[in-house]
Amino acid sequence: MNNRVLYLLPLLTLAVMAGFFGWSLLSGRDPASIGSVMVNRQAPRLAAPALREGEPALTSDLLKTGKPVLVNFFASWCTPCLAEHPLMMRLRQREGVTIVGIAWKNKPEEARAWLKKLGDPFTYAGTDYDGMLSLDWGLSGVPETYLIDAAGIVRLHYHAPITEKDLNDTILPLLRAGK
Amino acid sequence: MLVLACVAFPAFAVEPSEMLKDPALEMRARTLSRELRCVVCQNQSIDDSAAEVAHDMRIAVRERLTAGDSDKAVMGYMVARYGDYVLLEPPFKPRTLVLWLGAPLVLVVAGLLLFFAARRRPVVPAAPPPLSDTEKERLQSLLKR
Repeated sequence: MNNRVLYLLPLLTLAVMAGFFGWSLLSGRDPASIGSVMVNRQAPRLAAPALREGEPALTSDLLKTGKPVLVNFFASWCTPCLAEHPLMMRLRQREGVTIVGIAWKNKPEEARAWLKKLGDPFTYAGTDYDGMLSLDWGLSGVPETYLIDAAGIVRLHYHAPITEKDLNDTILPLLRAGK
Repeated sequence: MLVLACVAFPAFAVEPSEMLKDPALEMRARTLSRELRCVVCQNQSIDDSAAEVAHDMRIAVRERLTAGDSDKAVMGYMVARYGDYVLLEPPFKPRTLVLWLGAPLVLVVAGLLLFFAARRRPVVPAAPPPLSDTEKERLQSLLKR
C-alpha cells in the first residue's frame, strides 16, 4: 500500500467518528430507546377491575368503540406521571379524547386520592395492582401511553411521559385523523 | 467458619414465595429467567434483577410453564410483548447480521491484509552494500586504536 495513503488513515478514522457522533447528536436518536413491538398490532386484551368505586370493570370493548382511545398507565408514586398529568387533563377537557387510565402497582385508595387531588383525566379508570395485565401490554414501567386507533390497532407506544411536543406533533394529528 | 463468613453470598433476586413446588418446572423457569433481560435494567437477567417488572416477568414465566407451555412458547410469549430486546442472546436474523458477523469479518479482513502485506515484503532485509575503500580504511584505523 502507498505510504502516503496510510498517512491519511488516522484523519479518515477521525472523520468517520466525527460523522457518527455528529449524527448521533443531531438526529435526535435516543440510544436508550428500546422501541416497541406493540405498534401496528391489535391492542392487547384489557381486563381490569375499576379504580373508581361503583363503576363496571374495564373490558376490551372499551377499545372497540370506533373512536381512537388513549391508554395511559400511571401510579400515584410516579413523579414523571405527575409531569405529564396536565397534558392528560388537556387531552380530556379541551380535546375530548377518551382516555383509559390504569393504575400500575398502586394501591387503589392511593391512586384515587392522587386523582382527587390533581384532577381526574380518565374516561375509564382501572387498576392493575399485581402488574399481570400490564405484562400483556409489554409495559416496562410508568408512565406509558398507547394510542389505539378506531380499528383497535396500537398506533403509538410511549415508554416515557408524553411531552407537549409529542402531543402537538404526533398524538393530536393521529387522533384527529382517526375521528 | 471464619472463611465461610468472609465469602460474600450473592443476593438472590428470586424470592422463595415465587418458586414453583415442582422442582423440574422451577429448574426450567430458572434457566429461562437467566436468558430473559429485565427490560428496565439494561443488562441484567430477570433471574438476577430485583426490579418490579423482573418480578412480574418471573411470575409470568412460571404461570406459562405451569399452564403447560414449552420453553420455546414461553420465550415467544415474552418476545411478542417486549421484542427481541428481551432476549439476552440476540437471535441470528438479517437485522442482526452485522452484530453476529461484523467482528469475525473484521478479523478475517485484517488477517488477509496482514498476510498479503507480509508476502509482498521480503522477510530478510537485503544485505547492505559492501563497504567502500575509504570506509574499510576508517574501520581499520578505528579497530587499531
